[in-house]
Amino acid sequence: MLIAITFYLMAFTAVAAAFMVVASRNPVHSVMYLILTFFSAAGLFILMGAEFIALLLVMVYVGAVAVLFLFVVMMLDVDFVELKQGFLQYIGIGATVALILLAEMIMVGAVYFTGESKTVVPTDPNTTNLEAFGQVLYTDYAGAFEAAGLILLVALIGAVVLTLRERKGVRTQNAAKQMSRTREDGVELIDIEPGQGLG
Amino acid sequence: MTPVMQTTTDVALAATDERNWVIWSLLKTGQVLLFVLTLALLVAALVLADRKIWAAVQMRRGPNVVGAFGLLQTMADALKFFFKEIVIPAGSDKFLFILAPIIGLVMAFAAWAVVPVAPGWVISDINIGVLYVLALSSLGVYGIIIGGWASNSKYPFMGALRSAAQMVSYEVSIGFIILTVIFLSGSMNLTTIVDSQGPGIFNWNMFLLNPFGDYGWRILLIAPIMFYMGVLFFISALAETNRPPFDLPEAESELVAGYQVEYSSTPFLMFFFAEYVNIMLLSAMMTILFLGGWHAPINVSLPFGLQVPPFFWFFLKTAFIFFMFAMVKAIVPRYRYDQLMRLGWKVFLPTALVAVALVSTFVVAANNFGWNA
Repeated sequence: MLIAITFYLMAFTAVAAAFMVVASRNPVHSVMYLILTFFSAAGLFILMGAEFIALLLVMVYVGAVAVLFLFVVMMLDVDFVELKQGFLQYIGIGATVALILLAEMIMVGAVYFTGESKTVVPTDPNTTNLEAFGQVLYTDYAGAFEAAGLILLVALIGAVVLTLRERKGVRTQNAAKQMSRTREDGVELIDIEPGQGLG
Repeated sequence: MTPVMQTTTDVALAATDERNWVIWSLLKTGQVLLFVLTLALLVAALVLADRKIWAAVQMRRGPNVVGAFGLLQTMADALKFFFKEIVIPAGSDKFLFILAPIIGLVMAFAAWAVVPVAPGWVISDINIGVLYVLALSSLGVYGIIIGGWASNSKYPFMGALRSAAQMVSYEVSIGFIILTVIFLSGSMNLTTIVDSQGPGIFNWNMFLLNPFGDYGWRILLIAPIMFYMGVLFFISALAETNRPPFDLPEAESELVAGYQVEYSSTPFLMFFFAEYVNIMLLSAMMTILFLGGWHAPINVSLPFGLQVPPFFWFFLKTAFIFFMFAMVKAIVPRYRYDQLMRLGWKVFLPTALVAVALVSTFVVAANNFGWNA
């Protein structure tokens, strides 16, 4: 009973929030609704018994990715009038993508409701989520997993290479140099003759 | 019933042992209320302790007018905040402006759901408790970001951006530090982590100096690494809770009061409250992960066969860590922002990564060569 109530609450929130992501006028509000969607999805994962993936979703997407989204969106100065001018230009591509997505969703739903029911709960009740994930990621598919990690590393280095630029004439601080300063080479006491100045 | 409901109900039945869910909910609500009330009272005590310690370091008396020794000062301050007018700036996003402190406070309290304060004294003993605490503490940043943005004012916004960058940066190194503890205990369950350390100060993860334990003398190989991890966790905890010397989001000299500038009355109080609840949470996490939780440091025997309650040790250790938090606030000057970022990304993260590699190598070697017999 409690589970049913929670499920419908979470599912309704997820769908409603997802709708509001595209419907709300303020981009910051959109990101907030996106966070709510992630959160509800995490709740649904917990209901299915996949608590590890639920918390990973919260940690990675809500705790890090959405923060960066929020960062970017808050800094943007969005001009809505300008934004709406190109609307007709992109409507063809947008409609195509939306139609493909809709078709895919209908197919997935059809397969789900006509075929046999599939549980997400681990078949062996004695293994925890963590062990199941470790088994799949680091034993069964270790090679593919490491390849994915390597691709991410390449992307990471690519991002650094693209944004790293040396600028000339910028004064930067050398922490080690600052730390190794002593009183002897930092302070110089000078007796100034009255009426003479430093010269 | 649809297939979806079938699977979820199975899980629910397994989780509640066929207990009546109404009674179960009431019981859990009672536990939650007990935790929240205790934490709220402790916050009142901690704020006073913080001010008293700070005053003592500076050779002042601190609050000493309201109540005996100023004991009721926090209550008086809280009352004052409650009865003030809530000022909402005209240009602000009103809904988010009010929502921000609520998010901050809720996330701060919610993380306590998995913290075991004594054997069995925990609201929900889930098997990935560490991950849950990490996830919720990463959500606490939203209260600050939203508050700063919704104020529609420059200083709060600057404070919010700084805070977000700071908390996201230090979370990464905290994650790696916790990984070393998880490797040693072989579990993400907080109760198991505490039990894997056991009584005796030299069995705790921060001081692994007992050569007669499971790993024998070889534990001394990683003892310095784990001590360093403990120190790193403490410093990262300072940064994660925006405490001095890393209180840049509210640096008075640059940003007035950072993200809190536009807040007054109860919403401000909620931010303040959330900050202290978070400090307590990280002190408790430090106790659990590195200082053996509720286990006694030495074998204490009381007359008449009495025993020191485990909760007492937990409280003592958490209070000690909080004392360190307060001392750091009193002694250390504030970091500059670029120094803070440099420390997080160029010092803590690489060293924590190396430590993760070393500790995992040790654990794998111990399993392969039978060192942990």
